[in-house]
Amino acid sequence: MSAPALDRPLDESALQGRFDATIAAGHRIEPRDWMPEGYRKTLVRQIAQHAHSEIIGMQPEGDWLLAAPSLRRKAVLLAKVQDEAGHGLYLYSAAETLGADRADLTDKLIERRQKYSSIFNYPTLTYADVGVIGWLVDGAAICNQVPLCRSSYGPYARAMIRVCKEESFHQRQGYELLMTMMTGTAEQQAMVQDAVDRWWWPSLMMFGPPDDESPNSAQSMAWGIKRHSNDELRQRFVDMTVPQAEVLGVTLPDPELALDRDTGRYRFGAIDWSELQRVISGQGPCNDERIARRRAARDDNAWVTEAATAYAEKHAGV
Amino acid sequence: MSDLTAEGGHGAVPTGPEVPVEPGAATTRRDWPLYEVFVRGKRGLNHVHVGSLHAPDEEMAVHAARDLYTRRNEGVSIWVVRAADITASSPDEKDPMFTPSGDKVYRHPTFYEIPENVPHM
Amino acid sequence: MHEETVYDALDSAHGGEGQWAFGTGFDEPLAGVDTTVPDGIDPADLGEYCLMLGDDALVLAQRLTEWMTAARELEEEVAFGNTALDLLGQARLLLARAGSVGVLGRSRERATPSIPDEDALAYFRDPDEFRCTALVAAPGGDFGQTMVRLLAASTLRLAVFTRLRDSRDPVLAAIAAKGVHELTYHRDHAARWVLRLGDGTPESHRRAQAGVDAVWPLLADVFSATDVERRLVAAGVAVDPAATRSEVTAVLTQVLGQATLRVPEWPADVPPRGRVGEHSPDLTALLATLQGLARQHPAATW
Repeated sequence: MSAPALDRPLDESALQGRFDATIAAGHRIEPRDWMPEGYRKTLVRQIAQHAHSEIIGMQPEGDWLLAAPSLRRKAVLLAKVQDEAGHGLYLYSAAETLGADRADLTDKLIERRQKYSSIFNYPTLTYADVGVIGWLVDGAAICNQVPLCRSSYGPYARAMIRVCKEESFHQRQGYELLMTMMTGTAEQQAMVQDAVDRWWWPSLMMFGPPDDESPNSAQSMAWGIKRHSNDELRQRFVDMTVPQAEVLGVTLPDPELALDRDTGRYRFGAIDWSELQRVISGQGPCNDERIARRRAARDDNAWVTEAATAYAEKHAGV
Repeated sequence: MSDLTAEGGHGAVPTGPEVPVEPGAATTRRDWPLYEVFVRGKRGLNHVHVGSLHAPDEEMAVHAARDLYTRRNEGVSIWVVRAADITASSPDEKDPMFTPSGDKVYRHPTFYEIPENVPHM
Repeated sequence: MHEETVYDALDSAHGGEGQWAFGTGFDEPLAGVDTTVPDGIDPADLGEYCLMLGDDALVLAQRLTEWMTAARELEEEVAFGNTALDLLGQARLLLARAGSVGVLGRSRERATPSIPDEDALAYFRDPDEFRCTALVAAPGGDFGQTMVRLLAASTLRLAVFTRLRDSRDPVLAAIAAKGVHELTYHRDHAARWVLRLGDGTPESHRRAQAGVDAVWPLLADVFSATDVERRLVAAGVAVDPAATRSEVTAVLTQVLGQATLRVPEWPADVPPRGRVGEHSPDLTALLATLQGLARQHPAATW
């Protein structure tokens, strides 16, 4: 295909100027637009991490799929874990519009050369964990993700619209499960409280380091691929969640949690980052297991992918 | 704390050495090609691009699209097309290809100011 | 109306509340269906038959669910999820029907009264009270064997459900009418995979053939009717499995032939086994996983 030649090919600074103007006007950058290399690399990393997190995130809850305690819960959980596979797929697709390749990204995940959200390295000890993951972990994810629906990169923003719509079902099913369990036996109520105790702080850590220790945020904000600061989103999550905990009848494990009458916002205690550091540095309870499962899925079934490719080649044009 | 980042929807991802992802990093492995998926949401609407997926061939791509993009009854009809088969205008052509219509504002309904009390417009 | 994404259009098509993500256009499958047992039908037989069809769906759904987080391609993971969800939906309707006509076996001695019938039956029956065939209860094996089994099981079930749409029991007829669409898709999906594996690479051919060879012996009792089925066939309620034989064998022979796979000798008919509660330890293990948590907390509500 020969493109009509332009009289004056645009030089780099003109392209940069056009890119900056597009961002400044709040318009979307689309796949075939010129973009700075740093923007592209940052986006691929961010979207890939997000996709990896969805795929690894299938496992903590997936561990309960076969044992879900009612058929209705089994169907709900199956639909949810399936959604997460879908979310990973939408996101890998968005990364592919930037020149990445899904199989290559999967390899990098399995070889631990790319990372995923540390929250998914915690184990799910009881069925209440399924509910708490929906309520707190998905709730925190929604706080992070809703602003991404306005990401400056079009394919990512569009993928996130769909993801966010589906995530809202995830959070609601989790909260509903917990409400049901809280009307159940004393043992069930204790299970819920125990799960809340274990997941509350990791959920707050999901928002990342405090703003003054988050060096890369400024550039991402300028590029419109990050919309709110870590602390801002964390505060928003706490303010949303505390009243929900009250309705549920559980205690959030933070003695310093208190409503600030002046601001209408909740003050909360200092986060102990050393615990998260331990999980991140590969000493989390489930790091190896999570990766091993994905590796087995890839390697044990490579013959299936190859078979379908071979069949397609044999029957091409038939 | 600098070895943590919250980018990506699930937050708190460890930073640390990561390999850059280069464009066209597709390996020599024979992975399935990429298909673009278009769904007609309901009768009377156009097919709209909803995303993409990998499939070994057209038939399986339609199946996968049905399973993935219409599992909540989002569509009544699906098109798939290999991403590699799409011919697109280049962004560099944008000016010559699209600006000529930019001044033909009379083609756009909002060009015509209609008093608000005119019904059914 | 300007619609930026396809979802805006969906949203407006479904009430504009942003609720389509919870599912749209769902019909209550049994809405308006008369649930009284028609004259001349023994409710005990009807319930037992519902258990046969319901347990097949429940157990196969459980086997397919084992693939979640284990498939290589995400597209296939989503497909497994859809098939399992369809079957789980069929199982719930059928078990609920069994419960509603009073067939609950020993489950009600163990399950708390507040637990719905479908769960009492799924979680509080012992293996010998299950009525599924070995075809669905056997371990899944690799992807090839999984797809061969899915092909055989969905071909058989589709043949039964197609006929069951004319059942004198309006509930069974309604469940079958809904299920036919789902099963047609399952069979089609499995057949496409068997074609690709059989006629793919030498390795995939070998594995698919091994899958066929492993699955075929499981067909020995699938065409044998129980006494319950015989009585219900006479009453115009049930489908005689023997009546599906020619269709099932023709479909399987055609798919395998096109897939360049060898059709093994059809196993000689044996009397019903799974349908009368005779199972291998595979089912016991499957049920231990499925039921463990629910039985640990018999008084709980979920």
